[in-house]
Amino acid sequence: MRARFGDQTSTALMLAIPALLGLTLFILLPFLTALALSFTNLRLGSPLPVEWVGLEQFRRIFSDADFLRALANNLLFAAVVVPLQTALALALALLLNQGLRGATAFRTLFFMPVVFPMSLVAVIWTLVYAPGPNGMMNALLEQVSFGYWEARDFLRDPVLALPAIMLLSIWQGSGYQMVILLAGLQNIPQELYEGAALDGAGHRQQLLHVTLPQLRNPLIFVMLVTTILAFRLFDQVQIMTRGGPDNATTTVMYETVQAIFTRRQVGRACAMAVVFFLLVLTITWLQRRLVRQEREVA
Amino acid sequence: MASIVFDHVSKTYSDGADVIRQLHLAVENGELLVLVGPSGCGKSTALRMVAGLEEISAGEIRIDGRVVNDIPPQRRNLAMVFQNYALYPHMTVRRNLEFPLRMRKLAGAEITRRAEKIAEMLDLTALLERKPKALSGGQRQRVAMGRAIVRDADAFLMDEPLSNLDAKLRVQIRTEIASLQARLDVTTLYVTHDQVEAMTLGQRVAVIREGRLQQVAPPWEIYRQPANIFVAGFIGSPGMNVLRGTLEAVDGNPVIDLGPTRLSLPKQTLVDHPGLQADLGQALLIGIRPEAIHLADNLTKDVLPAQAHAVESLGHETILHVTTGLTTIPCDTINPAASATPAPPLIAVLPGRHTFRPGDSLRLDIDGNGLCFFDMSGNAVR
Repeated sequence: MRARFGDQTSTALMLAIPALLGLTLFILLPFLTALALSFTNLRLGSPLPVEWVGLEQFRRIFSDADFLRALANNLLFAAVVVPLQTALALALALLLNQGLRGATAFRTLFFMPVVFPMSLVAVIWTLVYAPGPNGMMNALLEQVSFGYWEARDFLRDPVLALPAIMLLSIWQGSGYQMVILLAGLQNIPQELYEGAALDGAGHRQQLLHVTLPQLRNPLIFVMLVTTILAFRLFDQVQIMTRGGPDNATTTVMYETVQAIFTRRQVGRACAMAVVFFLLVLTITWLQRRLVRQEREVA
Repeated sequence: MASIVFDHVSKTYSDGADVIRQLHLAVENGELLVLVGPSGCGKSTALRMVAGLEEISAGEIRIDGRVVNDIPPQRRNLAMVFQNYALYPHMTVRRNLEFPLRMRKLAGAEITRRAEKIAEMLDLTALLERKPKALSGGQRQRVAMGRAIVRDADAFLMDEPLSNLDAKLRVQIRTEIASLQARLDVTTLYVTHDQVEAMTLGQRVAVIREGRLQQVAPPWEIYRQPANIFVAGFIGSPGMNVLRGTLEAVDGNPVIDLGPTRLSLPKQTLVDHPGLQADLGQALLIGIRPEAIHLADNLTKDVLPAQAHAVESLGHETILHVTTGLTTIPCDTINPAASATPAPPLIAVLPGRHTFRPGDSLRLDIDGNGLCFFDMSGNAVR
């Protein structure tokens, strides 16, 4: 018996080797290299010798106003986008789950932005946000406000630039969440709703006492993924605002890319990447704890 | 507490399928009525129409005299036990029991008091803080019962509540349901495909076939005097044998010519079934319970020769499937006079253990007492 298990283990290891090799080569090694480099002052093209500087890079980025602004922007972005996008996705999923006519067509429509590449979406929305009264968004707002709206240059306005990027991100991302929540909704047994109806629960109470608790795990999952994506925010910023105006839309990812590709500060960029990794790791850990609690008591 | 009345209720699905046809039936105040029938006969649909989970295509359903056709389930004040229990998986047993009371916005202390009282009654107190996943099938079933009785519902609706339990537990919970219903004295509509449940639980039993009500009567009457050959074959395990024969009078005594053999009936038969007078000399269908077939002895007048086809020994009794020269009729046939399906074997139930083997020749004796008679379209002749 033991010999058989031994055989199985070695077979399993053999089968896992190609994947493990890829993971080691392209994920683990680069990450360990980045970790090591974050403790140095490596800068490409610099005449200074490479030195071990300990935590100096981390001290520097945390006293760097640009990086702190980027962190704050990411946090604000996540705090606004995650709940709004999830709520919108849930609302769309609930609507589609009613089994109304044409639901399939709407599902495709709502999901479409997800399959567009972000670079394309960003270019299109740059046109939507075009300055002057002829810009689409300006024209729309002027229409619905009966002329009270004064045309603004969204992407160059320190107050409006980040919200503008938030809006397009929600539009682009909610379709993906919607599909996952819709699958979750369709897994809820119909009998629970029937039982609840006979127990006297109306639609609102069924949503509160049956739908939301039953959707708990898909909800945690989509919120986790959205949070990670929110921290990875880069494409829209790179294409639409380049972090401006006045750092209003800069992000950790954007700062990292700037550091390494524009200023060639490899050590510094690696320190930022490590901070980013720790942030994502913390969020993942929190989510796993939440889900595990649910499994234990269930 | 309330009565439930189906007043010529029909249900037609959008694809034109008739599930319930002109159902006319009343469940009296405090009565436990069992709706029984083969799967797909529409019995669950009938129950769900009472609950408000299915629309009514035609006719009226009245609960306590009030027409409920357009009243949503929330406002019908009925409690239902589902086949899969439909417990809320994310709530503890306590929360599950409290849920209907919370929805009715009772005071917190009252909710706790009633939930705990029900838990004690159903022996669930030790399980109050558990979630449904951590309960056995029988325990879940009891929680589902508890959730139904925790509030003062006008009536209970039970949709095959025992079908997910193993055989032993089913017997135990069946008696629990019967005693609980008797103690609470609440109107109950109980749906099952299991005729044993129907016979043991029901104060009255309603047999449904293809959306049509076949017979409503107390269990014993359904067993003794089935309204047609479908009921005769469905109720009882195994069901009644139905044979084709001719009724004759020999010297004033009724005799049935079964082809290979004759069966003398007691004189009383014509008195008990006055309708038979008109059938003298005519072909008709005779229903014989498997328990009315015995092994022949020296005193037997009309011996029926037979050959064992299958032998099932249950210990306390032996079920014999035999082939005879008799014309047996399948009970689920629509037109018994011209049935295309092959004739089923004759079935006999003998008390005790018998060591026959397939192929053995047997001599059987049919008890002429307590037979049922049907005309050639399958309806009872009384």
